[in-house]
Amino acid sequence: MWEYSERTKEHFEHPRNVGEIADASAVGETGSITCGDALKLSLKIEDGIIVDAKFKTFGCASAIASSSALTEIIKGMTVEEAEKLTNHDIVDYLGGMPKEKIHCSVMGAEALEAALRNYRGLPPIEQEEGGELVCECFGVTDRQIIKAIRENGLTTVEEVTGATKAGGGCEKCHEDIEALIKKVLAEAEAKPIPKKLTNIQKIKLIEETLEKEIRPSLKSDGGDIELVDVEGSKVMVALRGMCTTCAASEATLKEYVQTILREKVTSDLEVEEVKE
Amino acid sequence: MRTVYLDNNATTMVAPEVVEAMMPYFGQLYGNPSSAHLFGGQVHRLMEAAREKVAAFFGAQPNDILFTSCGTESDNTAVRAALQSQPEKRHIVTTRVEHPAILSLCQHLEKKEGCSVTYLAVDSQGRLDLDQLKESLTDQTAIVSIMWANNETGVVFPIQEIAELVKSRGITFHTDGVQAVGKIPMDLSRTGVDMVSLSGHKLHAPKGIGVLYIRKGTKFAPFIRGGHQERGRRAGTENVPYIIGLGKAIELAEAKLEEENTRVKALRDRLEKGLLASIPRSYVNGVEAERLPNTLSISFEYIEGEAILLKMSALGIAASSGSACTSGSLEPSHVLRSMGVPFTCAHGTVRFSLSVYNTQEDVDYVLEHLPMIVASLREISPYWEEGMAAAG
Repeated sequence: MWEYSERTKEHFEHPRNVGEIADASAVGETGSITCGDALKLSLKIEDGIIVDAKFKTFGCASAIASSSALTEIIKGMTVEEAEKLTNHDIVDYLGGMPKEKIHCSVMGAEALEAALRNYRGLPPIEQEEGGELVCECFGVTDRQIIKAIRENGLTTVEEVTGATKAGGGCEKCHEDIEALIKKVLAEAEAKPIPKKLTNIQKIKLIEETLEKEIRPSLKSDGGDIELVDVEGSKVMVALRGMCTTCAASEATLKEYVQTILREKVTSDLEVEEVKE
Repeated sequence: MRTVYLDNNATTMVAPEVVEAMMPYFGQLYGNPSSAHLFGGQVHRLMEAAREKVAAFFGAQPNDILFTSCGTESDNTAVRAALQSQPEKRHIVTTRVEHPAILSLCQHLEKKEGCSVTYLAVDSQGRLDLDQLKESLTDQTAIVSIMWANNETGVVFPIQEIAELVKSRGITFHTDGVQAVGKIPMDLSRTGVDMVSLSGHKLHAPKGIGVLYIRKGTKFAPFIRGGHQERGRRAGTENVPYIIGLGKAIELAEAKLEEENTRVKALRDRLEKGLLASIPRSYVNGVEAERLPNTLSISFEYIEGEAILLKMSALGIAASSGSACTSGSLEPSHVLRSMGVPFTCAHGTVRFSLSVYNTQEDVDYVLEHLPMIVASLREISPYWEEGMAAAG
């Protein structure tokens, strides 16, 4: 039996936003009955804001919970904000997911991507970007696999299978997946190591990361964050909105904000909250 | 919350009589049956009495009974024994619907140890084509291993007929009897079977004890080497308490075999008919084949098995599924796929397996709740309305 988080169980037992929107602005579908899971997402978009989202899902408990979580996350977002959403956001929202089940969250992100392309009048992504079929059993392309490797930092075939299902059938494509992992890892290593940042560069980069990566996500939960000062490796921030009353704000700062800043700026940063 | 345990093909409750019979062997009767002194010797005698009980149940001789640690060990021992004792033969015949204990062993032997394997197909009802079996046998065939009854669907293979066919070619025949034991008669004196695997925990003995029946004269080589135990065929100090427990469990199974085929079968049939009547688009797998009296494999179209299991589990109902998502593999059960069960059904398959400890209340509890569970999941499924519309 899988170890699902309480929130996953709760969303499976009581899924939010089940159904289809009759006069939907956009519809996105992904998966198939052969693969064992499928998601049909419909959106109502007014003035660039997602005012309603509904889903229908065929699949296991985590597929249903992921779909339910997705609709809750994106309701109220602008289309631009929604376009930045990745499967991570769904996993985080649900409080984690067994690694074999990550593909359920990827399915959610893919359905959203498809729906937003549909909204913008773009053809389905596979039609535009193509991509070569790697896994014939589950119809997964190299584009999808590379995306999953990059976004989730995958390093083994097993992890790729957990995230995309690729390689979970006849296993013939395991060598191809291995090659894709090597390719992405090689790309990552080839990137020049950033030079030591000047103070100004560091502050700019912190501001930019907060703006682009962190604030949209906090805002979706009704919170916000402001940079107060930077002293050496100490980053002082103030929490705003719902964050000020949230019991998990300490964890958000250390596990989320600090992790992202360390990844994007320098690895020695310490985030501290300034209470006014 | 009440527990309705309908997953007896996975494992069974240890019978209280079995626990009671075992207890002294964790206490004062701790002697080693191989010891020369009376303290160990008395244990040896009691262990041999258990062996006799097991042998009698199968119409076999005590010397034919080899105690192992589990069904999987028995299966591995049987296949490897046939290969080791006939090094010139490197061909194996088995079926596509075997338990992984045989299936992944055969795949390993094929990939890593230079064996060739014929995997016999089954029809839509899970039945074998005996002509295909006949054609598959060659002078190179070291062993034919075909399960007595399927763990997922309960479909029973005609073991006696198969044994005659295989033995007429002088080939070793092994059957995985793990699911059949205690559920249908297994008189080995009337079949030509050379080796049979059994597992204690499927018949109300604890986990950790198995049997390999080896007919006298069968070509054999030990899997585990070491001491002289089990007449040199399986080294290692005997698992005395569990052997005693298995002896007791076999005694109970013998006494309850008729009940299994009357009362338990009637409960299974009640469940089957009730679910078919109250849940549209549900299908019984292997419905036209001969099946174990306790097993029901039923598919509900357009929904996924793990979701069904979790919803049932929340109500205290324990069953299992042929769905991919439950097991961690991504493909639905190899058994259902071999039978050509369509994908619309295969993912939404649930296996109920009963035992003599189940009651009509258990069955009625499932009949009361499962229709609502299926309906709620179909409401979420994008295929349900589509499928119903397509069907008119």
